[in-house]
Amino acid sequence: MSSVISEIRKDFIYNLILKGERADGRNFDQYREISIERDVIKKAEGSALVKLGSSQVLVGIKMQPGEPFPDSPNRGVIITNAELVPLASPTFEPGPPNEIGIELARVVDRGVRESKAVDLEALCIVPGKQVWIIFIDVHILDDCGNILDAASLGAIAALLTTKVPASKFGLGDDFILPVKDIPIATTAIEFNDVLMFDPDVDEETIANTKLTVITTANGDICGMQKSGTGVLKPEQIYRIVDIACEKAKEIREKFLEA
Amino acid sequence: MIDMDENDISFFKDGLRLDGRRTDQLRPIKIEVGVLARADGSCYIEMGGNKVIAAVYGPREVHPRHLQEVTRAIVRYRYNMASFSVEERKRPGPDRRSYELSKVSREALEPVILTSYFPRSVIDVFVEVLQADAGTRTAGINAAAVALVDAGIPMKSMISACAAGKVADTIVLDPMKEEDNFGQADLPIAMTPNGDITLLQMDGNLSPDEFHMAVEMAMKGARDIYEIQRRALVEKYSQLEAPTVEVKACE
Repeated sequence: MSSVISEIRKDFIYNLILKGERADGRNFDQYREISIERDVIKKAEGSALVKLGSSQVLVGIKMQPGEPFPDSPNRGVIITNAELVPLASPTFEPGPPNEIGIELARVVDRGVRESKAVDLEALCIVPGKQVWIIFIDVHILDDCGNILDAASLGAIAALLTTKVPASKFGLGDDFILPVKDIPIATTAIEFNDVLMFDPDVDEETIANTKLTVITTANGDICGMQKSGTGVLKPEQIYRIVDIACEKAKEIREKFLEA
Repeated sequence: MIDMDENDISFFKDGLRLDGRRTDQLRPIKIEVGVLARADGSCYIEMGGNKVIAAVYGPREVHPRHLQEVTRAIVRYRYNMASFSVEERKRPGPDRRSYELSKVSREALEPVILTSYFPRSVIDVFVEVLQADAGTRTAGINAAAVALVDAGIPMKSMISACAAGKVADTIVLDPMKEEDNFGQADLPIAMTPNGDITLLQMDGNLSPDEFHMAVEMAMKGARDIYEIQRRALVEKYSQLEAPTVEVKACE
């Protein structure tokens, strides 16, 4: 939505959509090829490199003991941050996160938090005093579209490989981070009443409405975010939710469930 | 959403909510138009315990210059919470939450603003939350939409915003603080009177069926709010113009 696209390319994509096609030959509800490599960063407590088509996102998890929030004294803390580093796109600039980066981090965070994927109570060390803090750091490496789904997938995949570094801090033996759910984010754009899932960067640029739906393993919705300056009809939203549930199930079963 | 022992708090008494509302009832709303002298348009809104003020400046020159768009006006939206607006003092200035809310609120209004009428200019919307009681983003959007009209910004349509939530497995309209903090889901929407949705967010847990119910309930709430916005505007401007404008009764 922020990058530049030539008029002729825009026309080409538009005319393809009228014919019911996409530039890379996919169906409207078809995802690009997904690959997840786990534990790619040995210095991190958990990590995953996700490739969604040509988009690449690296997520690293670091953990350290710290103070709990006063309103949840016996629960661990999740802090999610996203870096849209300038090597990933000509439109990304160095500096503190802009609103796109902040929104991305907050929607990834929403998926993990609201699905209750991490058993935060198991991360209490001394109630009210010391709990484990999980830092989920999303590093976008190559933005070829739909980095939000890739980042969400990376976050949960990385959490699934995370080992709590208790021995490093003299807090007993290391243990596997207890993960109870697998939230999956699925994003669609709306263009001329056509709903396209997993948009590539050109499709994101021509559409001005995007909806992300995050679903849990039992098929409930745990997070949503509409983004962009367009409008959606309720029927379109319901259709996106229906397809999103299906797609999320496929992705979850294929890539994340042992 | 804090995960509390749900038995600790009972959300309903004799079928009514803690503040005596039905599940599908809005909190009382008060809207005042044109409350700031310096702004081009302004609006003060109270939605339950929320007190929010919105101001619109523009269309005006864009600073810094490089933000200019040659074919249209840009829209800026700043959502800001006063440090004293919440129980625990909020550190002044923007945080990540307010950046996100500013973005989605701007995107909630931009679809109806005729930005192509004002190339190279900016329409600034400033929203200050003076007192917060769950639902500040929707209150802010409602006030901002009225302030845009008050500023005379050409718009295709009005925008009204409202949230639905889930508490104790029940879908409720316009959650208040307790229901938001200890509830199971929150779903704010913004829309035009003819049902085009311009803002949609959700957190918590909803089954697809509950989601349908919540969207429908929030849309109904937004329609009622539209009538209140409309009435507030008609009231202000019918005092200035010939009193031939028909005021549509609301509830």
